[in-house]
Amino acid sequence: MTEYIPHTPEDIKKMLSAIGLQSLEALFSDIPEEVRRRYRPLGLPRGDEAGVRRHLEGLAERSTGRGLIPFLGGGIYDHFVPAVVDYVVSLPEFYTAYTPYQPEVSQGTLTWMFEYQTMICELTGMEVANSSMYDGATALAEAVLMAHRTVGGRRVLVPRSLNPQVREVLATYAWGAGLELLDVPYSEEGKLALEGIPDELCALVVQQPNFFGVIEDLSGLKERIGKAFLIVYVNPIALAVLEPPGSFGADVVVGEGQVLGNPMGFGGPLLGIFATRGEYLRRMPGRLAGRTVDAEGRPGYVMAFQTREQHIRRERATSNICTNSALCALAATVYLAALGPEGLRQVALASMERAHELADRISSLPGYELAFSGPFFNEFAVRCAHPEEAVARLREAGIAVLSPKLVAKAGLEGAFLVAVTEKRTQEELSRFVEALKGGR
Amino acid sequence: MGTIYELGAPGRRGTSLPPLGRPEEEILSFIPEGLRRKAPPWLPEVSQPELVRHYTRLSRMNYGVDTGFYPLGSCTMKYNPKLHEELARLPGFSGLHPLLPEEDVQGALGVLWELSQYLKGIAGMPGITLQPAAGAHGELTGMLLFKRYFEDRGELEKRRKILLPDSAHGTNPASATMAGFKVVSIPSDDRGMVDLSALKAALGEDVAGIMLTVPNTLGIFEEDILEITQLVHEAGGLCYFDGANLNAYLGRARPGDMGADVFHFNLHKTFSTPHGGGGPGAGPLAVSEPLVPYLPVPQIVRKGDRYALDWDRPKSIGRVHPYLGNFLVIVKALAYILLLGDEGLREVSAGAVLAANYLKERLKKTYKLPYDRLCKHEFVLSGAGLGEGIRTLDIAKRLIDYGFHPPTIYFPLIVKEALMIEPTETEPKEVLDAFCQAMEKIAREAKESPELLREAPHNAPVRRLDEARAVRQPILREPRT
Amino acid sequence: MIPKDLKYTKDHEWAKLEDGKVRVGITHHAQKELGDIVFVELPEVGRAVSKGEQVATVESVKAVGEVYAPVSGEVIEKNDELESSPELVNKDPYGKGWLFVLKMGNPAELDELLDAAAYEKLVGGEG
Repeated sequence: MTEYIPHTPEDIKKMLSAIGLQSLEALFSDIPEEVRRRYRPLGLPRGDEAGVRRHLEGLAERSTGRGLIPFLGGGIYDHFVPAVVDYVVSLPEFYTAYTPYQPEVSQGTLTWMFEYQTMICELTGMEVANSSMYDGATALAEAVLMAHRTVGGRRVLVPRSLNPQVREVLATYAWGAGLELLDVPYSEEGKLALEGIPDELCALVVQQPNFFGVIEDLSGLKERIGKAFLIVYVNPIALAVLEPPGSFGADVVVGEGQVLGNPMGFGGPLLGIFATRGEYLRRMPGRLAGRTVDAEGRPGYVMAFQTREQHIRRERATSNICTNSALCALAATVYLAALGPEGLRQVALASMERAHELADRISSLPGYELAFSGPFFNEFAVRCAHPEEAVARLREAGIAVLSPKLVAKAGLEGAFLVAVTEKRTQEELSRFVEALKGGR
Repeated sequence: MGTIYELGAPGRRGTSLPPLGRPEEEILSFIPEGLRRKAPPWLPEVSQPELVRHYTRLSRMNYGVDTGFYPLGSCTMKYNPKLHEELARLPGFSGLHPLLPEEDVQGALGVLWELSQYLKGIAGMPGITLQPAAGAHGELTGMLLFKRYFEDRGELEKRRKILLPDSAHGTNPASATMAGFKVVSIPSDDRGMVDLSALKAALGEDVAGIMLTVPNTLGIFEEDILEITQLVHEAGGLCYFDGANLNAYLGRARPGDMGADVFHFNLHKTFSTPHGGGGPGAGPLAVSEPLVPYLPVPQIVRKGDRYALDWDRPKSIGRVHPYLGNFLVIVKALAYILLLGDEGLREVSAGAVLAANYLKERLKKTYKLPYDRLCKHEFVLSGAGLGEGIRTLDIAKRLIDYGFHPPTIYFPLIVKEALMIEPTETEPKEVLDAFCQAMEKIAREAKESPELLREAPHNAPVRRLDEARAVRQPILREPRT
Repeated sequence: MIPKDLKYTKDHEWAKLEDGKVRVGITHHAQKELGDIVFVELPEVGRAVSKGEQVATVESVKAVGEVYAPVSGEVIEKNDELESSPELVNKDPYGKGWLFVLKMGNPAELDELLDAAAYEKLVGGEG
């Protein structure tokens, strides 16, 4: 018995007798004896709640990064999460349920999925959104696979200014599917510099804003690539103030939804956003909630278009995804509902305002300059002669930024990346500037 | 059923934010005019009390493990310890940015390293990655490992096939296909196990390997498991084990000792992290020695009492997760293992298998049991023949009226009108007995008053829903008003 | 229930000879097994198909039925009405629920199909 397992010796005796067995061991007689004999325990004694808590708390405290002020982005951002978000995702009927296979006892989950799909369509300017993928990176990879299935072609144009972690995941999936990734360089301004369009193209990927924080101009891109998919990887917060990709003819919009009410959580779990045009509904991956009526004509919700999914279509499914990021999508739903259109806009504007203020103050320091001249949202690259030293000084002042080593993965040498959210205070901005003043 | 969009009024909001330091127009001028958003997204405008009442109301229309018995086969809906939720919310975990330098995330790397050691021990296999975000993601990663392995040996051109028992989860064929393999189905024999002669006939130089679920989706342990893996290995193939059913032998047997080359864990099943209405989960992957060089980068290594990330792995398939995996899920699984210890892990499988066999022995008196033998953590009944025109769907819906979540239905495909029941170890005997009584009562009703079943549920928030209409006349978002 | 004048496949398609052309659909038994049909995907007119090739899919909410060409030939007509009313396959599988028409390549292939009696035996009287 543990606190999680209720069977008393008396229960076990009764149950075994009903089965007609003498011992618990007899329940495992069908496992080859040789296999059972080879078993080696972990050497782990039974724990208790207080002891386990102490051990995990010790590990949590051992990460010195928890005390640093995160001017650190690169795909994961430290936005404010209202208390009501965690309250709702902690409601036990939400977090201890599974996939709503039985709609009559899953109306709660199905209703918020429907709300979430609506909100994502609104943010992205697309017609249909699924109810989540694992993370932005795999959502992008799945979008590319969908493009390949839909239009053919084995080549994918991928900007050098795409988040390097995301690109690495995409590269793994692309290799698996036999697709070829071709680089698109960026300009002096830090913007996509699309040159020739290769043949056999199935998709062009654009990140908005891109890895360096620069806002891309999406106009005219779809026209240039023809039937190949325009796939836009977004920061959904930025879409409060940026014209949605749907207005520029995007075929699929994907993105990392962590920023919508989810903790940074050392990078997981995350929330993959996936939205597309209505005509591709039957080709898209992931779960969908749809509105219908019950036997008495009252509105209700069910999982719709399940024949796309692996549990029905097996090797012909649009994806292998089953477990997704539902609870993170619920957090996003509650976050967006709590903020409303004005609140979300304020988060975006405040983040952008503070980012621009900090960028101005940094670039007025001697020896520091912004790496790019293009317009940016809440993140920017700073170039200086000795970026590692600058980062070390910031670290001493209790500030974390994205290291030159990680920035270099996107081809930019000698720079670090700074992200600013609405959570950063004037005092923290000043501390940042003061720390840099000491050297260059 | 109203959505949040039907509540509120213009101007209401559910939280407050710090003010801007300058006029909006000035901030917006940082964005080139043509790229500024013209019309705001349509989002709800609700006060906090409205918001909380709405989602509380929705939650009450849901059924979770905390509500009652949830015997959803293949999903291991066991109790989710509350300690885990507190631990995952510690600021040193939840507030940690994944791109901080290694020296600033030693504790988090410690969590990953500790869980890695335990999972390798449980699997009896030497290599591990914690990156996959779910079971199916682990399967895809495993198939990519197969691919790299054969590519490295110059055999990829000829080894294009993956063998799958006909009882396999749908994710298996879908994952193999995503990695570019062709799927070949292997029939089950009358024991419900892999048909060895069919397997032998299918094996050859064109086979990359096999994907097995142990015990299989009928809840039956493949008694020939050692022979199966040996045959595949002798043919030059690799063996993938779907670990969805690890609850059946946790702490008693190791896939590594059965011949597995790749084994995925479902932390949200066996290790009791919550299912969250569909996710997130985590699908770590353990691998055999020959596959270690191909594991995703980075690997977590320990040097003295420090942890580091090892990127120097030239044969790696690359990343499958943008960071290091679903960390907060991993924290919960580690807490679970530490609390149970070796003894507790054995009690998990004993309790799960005991409960399943207990239910099976009683229910087979009323329902058809197509494969009548010792089962592991789950078993599959057939709802066929219960009454005129009564289908398994009707039985499932009627169970809702008796306060239970229905089992998995119509899977595996090899059982007609399947009812797949997995009680888990966390249900008291009284609950199992009550479930049996409800199932027996339903069987009587099927004969005496079948309309009670056909029209069920009667006591749920909604009656039976028209799923065909949802596809014929799709409404997949709130229409703009 | 099983029309006498049609030919059948063991995959539950029916084929009707109409002077050199063959009209194809799925049987009553097949539509009943699938349940409420919500979507039908048909081949493009002009497509050349060979006997046994998968040419269409018929979907219910939770199942996908694959339809194979009963004979070789060229698709010369498809039932566009099914796009908006897929339920016709349930309501009238041998009539308004037809799927497509083939111009036959090899008439001898028709003889390889089952007749009504043989199909009835296959599905146990329920056609």
